[in-house]
Amino acid sequence: MSWITGLAFVFFAPFVGGLIAGFDRKITARLQGRIGPPILQPFYDVGKLLQKDNLVVRRSQHLYTEFFFVLTIFTGALFFAGGDLLLVIFSLAMAGVFFALGGYKASSPYSFIGAQREVLQMVSYEPAVLLAAVGMYMVTGSFKVSVIAAYPKPLVMLLPGIFFAFFFILPVKFRKSPFDLSTSHHAHQEIVKGITTEISGKTLALVEIAHWYEYVFVLGMGYLFFASNIWLGLVMTFVIFELLLVVDNSTARVRWQAMMASSWIVALVAGGLNILYLMLRH
Amino acid sequence: MGMLSKSPWVIHYDGSSCNGCDIEVLAALMPRFDVERFGVVNTGNPKHADILLLTGSINEQNKPVVLNIYEQMPNPKVVLAVGICATSGGIFRECYNVLGGADKVLPVDVYVPGCAVRPEAIIDAVVKGVGILEQKRAAMLAAQKA
Repeated sequence: MSWITGLAFVFFAPFVGGLIAGFDRKITARLQGRIGPPILQPFYDVGKLLQKDNLVVRRSQHLYTEFFFVLTIFTGALFFAGGDLLLVIFSLAMAGVFFALGGYKASSPYSFIGAQREVLQMVSYEPAVLLAAVGMYMVTGSFKVSVIAAYPKPLVMLLPGIFFAFFFILPVKFRKSPFDLSTSHHAHQEIVKGITTEISGKTLALVEIAHWYEYVFVLGMGYLFFASNIWLGLVMTFVIFELLLVVDNSTARVRWQAMMASSWIVALVAGGLNILYLMLRH
Repeated sequence: MGMLSKSPWVIHYDGSSCNGCDIEVLAALMPRFDVERFGVVNTGNPKHADILLLTGSINEQNKPVVLNIYEQMPNPKVVLAVGICATSGGIFRECYNVLGGADKVLPVDVYVPGCAVRPEAIIDAVVKGVGILEQKRAAMLAAQKA
């Protein structure tokens, strides 16, 4: 891993992420007994959004969305270049903050609620992600992604609790049920469209592409738990994603209190016990 | 075919009606007809929508609402009047507060009569609307150049 993989992420992640999103919609449709859209549908959607007018509520809103876009790419590129995991997590949080700020800035009640929920989501997933970094450090002795990925044994063997906590917060990052609070692809009528309510046209296309980058980055982080063998890693990443879709289609959205309480409890209990085990191991 | 015709996002608004057409609209999203095959998504947000699908007649109370939704949609956009009530006022035509069909307040592109409309007719209307969407896009580009 080096800057080449980072650069490869910048150029190829949108294609992979878009395909993942299309695959997601197809599988979701099949689980609901429908035929579903073509696999390339997300690309059609973004292509269409680029051809639409861009309605501007406030100009500065775009700036925040663009920062979100750039920082999301930066996060993933840093991760795939084998950079420092803590810096990756920090820039992920920064990207999320800019996205939420964009929602606040639009000063519409719907996007305001969406932005508040986006912040709550960040607060919910942050402990599990941080614990994942801490656990990986305790096993491999480094925060560098390149060193962690080169560890000879699958990390999940030593970090089962942390992996469970990480899997638990995956629906938050993928904006899936039961934690699709800030904006959702399925529940279309609840708070209109949450944080993206006031985002339209080209800016919305930008947000979609940023989400594709995010998909690849988050799945990459899941891959890290199985990175000792590339095939095991790829297969398990696929399995994680499939499980995520099953969870998405078999659960209803929860209230934010439940999301925060459950994700913190899982992170602190499962992740905390795991860390305790690592400390007592030697 | 451009990208517009591959991903029409629909916003659905019901004026004053018996809800029969609305049930048919939702039926078109169900497994049997599954309009998502063609990329159609039922969105609740006018700012993401390409097609305004109106059912029911227009009255004094919902006139500003319909206009507001229409004005919030980014160009190019298309209006479908689905059901006989949205087309002409239908059975509610003679009511004291009813103005008539959707074309009393908005430029309607596709009329779909029927009581209630069949899901097949709605799908057909969306396909027709998508064609008009492409024409409007071409007109927009031509206007930009001029």
